[in-house]
Amino acid sequence: MIILGYLILNGGFSLYNILLGGAAGDGIETMAGLLEKMLKQSGCHLFTIRDFMSRVRGGHNFTQIRFGDQPLHAHRDTLDGIFTVDEKSYQEHQPRLSYDGFILCDEALAIDDFRAIKLPFKKIATDLGNPKVINSVATGALLKLFNIPLDHAAAIIKSNLRADLVEINLSAINKGYDLLESHYDLPLIETSEDLMLSGNNAIGLGAVAAGLRFYSAYPMSPSTSLLDFFNAHSSTMAIAVEQAEDEIAAINMAIGASYAGATAMTGTSGGGFSLMVEALGFSGIAEIPLVAVDVQRPGPATGFPTRTEQSDLKFVISASQGEFPRMVIALRDHTDCFYQTARSLALAKKYQIPVILLSDQYLADSTTTIPILNASEIVHYDEPEAPVPTPDHPYKRYALTENGISPLAIPGKSEALVRVDSDEHDESGQITESATVRNQMVQKRMHKLEGLKKELIEPEFWGAQQCQSLLVGFGSTSGAIKEAVDILNQEEKNYGALLFGDIYPLPTERLRHFCDQVMEIINVEQNATGQLASLIREETLISCEHSILKYDGRQLSVDDILTGIKNFKGGF
Amino acid sequence: MSKPAFTNYETAWCPGCGNFAIIETLTGVLNQLERPPHQVVLVGGIGQAAKTNQYITANGFSGLHGRSLPAAVAIKIANDDLTVIVNTGDGDSYGEGGNHFLHNIRRNVDITHFVHDNQIYGLTKGQPSPTSNRCDLTDNSNPCNLGASFNPLLIAIAAGATFVARSFSGDKKHLAEMMTAAIQHPGYALVDILQPCVSFNKTNTFAYYKKRVKPLDEGYDATNKLAALEKAMEFGDTIPIGILYREQAPTYAAKHPELFDKVPLVDKQINQSDVQALINSYI
Repeated sequence: MIILGYLILNGGFSLYNILLGGAAGDGIETMAGLLEKMLKQSGCHLFTIRDFMSRVRGGHNFTQIRFGDQPLHAHRDTLDGIFTVDEKSYQEHQPRLSYDGFILCDEALAIDDFRAIKLPFKKIATDLGNPKVINSVATGALLKLFNIPLDHAAAIIKSNLRADLVEINLSAINKGYDLLESHYDLPLIETSEDLMLSGNNAIGLGAVAAGLRFYSAYPMSPSTSLLDFFNAHSSTMAIAVEQAEDEIAAINMAIGASYAGATAMTGTSGGGFSLMVEALGFSGIAEIPLVAVDVQRPGPATGFPTRTEQSDLKFVISASQGEFPRMVIALRDHTDCFYQTARSLALAKKYQIPVILLSDQYLADSTTTIPILNASEIVHYDEPEAPVPTPDHPYKRYALTENGISPLAIPGKSEALVRVDSDEHDESGQITESATVRNQMVQKRMHKLEGLKKELIEPEFWGAQQCQSLLVGFGSTSGAIKEAVDILNQEEKNYGALLFGDIYPLPTERLRHFCDQVMEIINVEQNATGQLASLIREETLISCEHSILKYDGRQLSVDDILTGIKNFKGGF
Repeated sequence: MSKPAFTNYETAWCPGCGNFAIIETLTGVLNQLERPPHQVVLVGGIGQAAKTNQYITANGFSGLHGRSLPAAVAIKIANDDLTVIVNTGDGDSYGEGGNHFLHNIRRNVDITHFVHDNQIYGLTKGQPSPTSNRCDLTDNSNPCNLGASFNPLLIAIAAGATFVARSFSGDKKHLAEMMTAAIQHPGYALVDILQPCVSFNKTNTFAYYKKRVKPLDEGYDATNKLAALEKAMEFGDTIPIGILYREQAPTYAAKHPELFDKVPLVDKQINQSDVQALINSYI
């Protein structure tokens, strides 16, 4: 029975979960990045999460790499191994280490545990002439432990480290490799042709593929790596990247660039988004296409800067005074980050509205392997030609139309004069005080929602079609919810999940279908108040019977969901 | 005679407002410069001055209060072929938009910024603006600043502005010269235009300015930054008008040659194969 249980939880696949821990500045992040690449090149699938403190040196940071021979979409809590440079990481994480797991560390560490593998990492590094290569010695040992060949190490070290550091680090890896015998075996066949990237990089690639020409932002964790991405590719991909003086400037710049015809985007986290909200409404009333990315972190105010939460949902769907059409898309995984970012830019242009992308620290900073992303498969929107103005019929930026969308002219591209206004305005963009015009313009703008609603993508269904228990979630918790459903269904095929990507306006068809069928709905959310459940209730009058909520800044894991269900079901 | 390219719409300003002279002069300057209206974007924030773009036949961008500069620089970055001119007030530029004022000077994007400076909040009916006189130096029955007055020219020069001028709505010839020079200046150009608010500012009236404004001497060297800083501090019984400081410095476009070649950013295309190659670099 014990063996059966093991196979059920691991699905019969070779999957491992290791943690690398130390203080900020110990080089754990660099080590993890190189190790990830070596595992990936050897054919592994990976899902890596990064947990770090809001400090540059000291404290305790860790990277948790889950890898194996199957695609992975979430992290797990139980660890097969820990590599640590200090006792603190051991103490912090050893309760999660499995009985037959290992702790890999330097021989000098005061760790008294039968699972410890203590090796002379420091001595070897010192003998090689640079104590800093200690992590490379350990990398070699880890690769050997999992029987990963060293085939790719040289190329990866060469392309990622400074030339004068290549040789010594390769020696260190080789020395580490010779320190012990292999203990695990991975049935890996060939080098993977998958991509390995973070959520923020996938958003960046999606925007580039959609023809982004302008990105403005103020650095704010965990959105900053998006700014870094666009800066890195500014010249080659023809993207003007402006680090604004504040988020208010960032969003107003993006709106200005978009008015001038450039595909434009801004990105921030909740605090910066709070500063942006007036301009969000400006995009709405002036009908200037805009995509704003909110990479969420726990709030309110400064909150938990380097950690994760999904607590901005109800904020972004109602942010800014007044009423105007908008769309909110929650990014569920790295593939979504690419395709949905491109789609958001197209929808913003098509409906001339602000579109908000909701990501979070977990998705932004986690890396995973995914099948290739195709630039040719993204949705583009080609603007129809604006009418040619004549003296008798000048161009009207806000011409009243059947679907509420007015033909868009770009200043300087024709004789048309393009006049936009944050004040209420008439068809030509002229400021107005008229009650009649006000009614026409409000109706015109809100009418665009009718078209937009027809484009909504229903939530992805996962699990058993005849399920009696339905989990609902949105955004980055999707991977963990799917894996939890798979595990639950191994016992009884009773579980299903609806995973929302498009979340505002809320698509309701599939939800209503399952609502009629299931006995209970359980909302699974990374926030304290159950914001998705609240939105569902508001839009459909459907109530969730149970909630699994987490708001400690650490992402809901598969295990958290299983435990949550067990808690109100009693065992499984 | 053919109809001029730039004409005006009916305004909602108070009779006698300094804005009339400014819009008339600006319209004349734009016609003189012979730029087609569809190549000119007039940007404003919120306030009486910010309505200028509502009243001239050109592209118009009426943005948010205080936020005209970020939008204006982005419009210019997106399409370098456009002539981008901001018209907005002292409250919008120096109060609500103070942070943008400081930092867009540093960017040196090739835009022109005309501040209609009436030293008061007009649209909200008579509160002190950052440039209102100090209460202890004025008849304080009028709105005034208990603290220091904001000195836009001194701050602009100190922050690295490459064209800093002052003019007066009551001297249209001078104003036209300043506007023309500012629009032609490569880089960010600021013209602080003193204008009376006939409804709410009973201190800084037409007569007040008329008596005090004094064009800079013929021999004034506008390239001497220290002298310019000193000149910018003169604001009292005599108010110098003219180009206080000017320098040739690389514009934003010059510092980003890869984005500013013959094709404006808005027209640039990236090959799909290059995009796919970037994606594939993550294999």
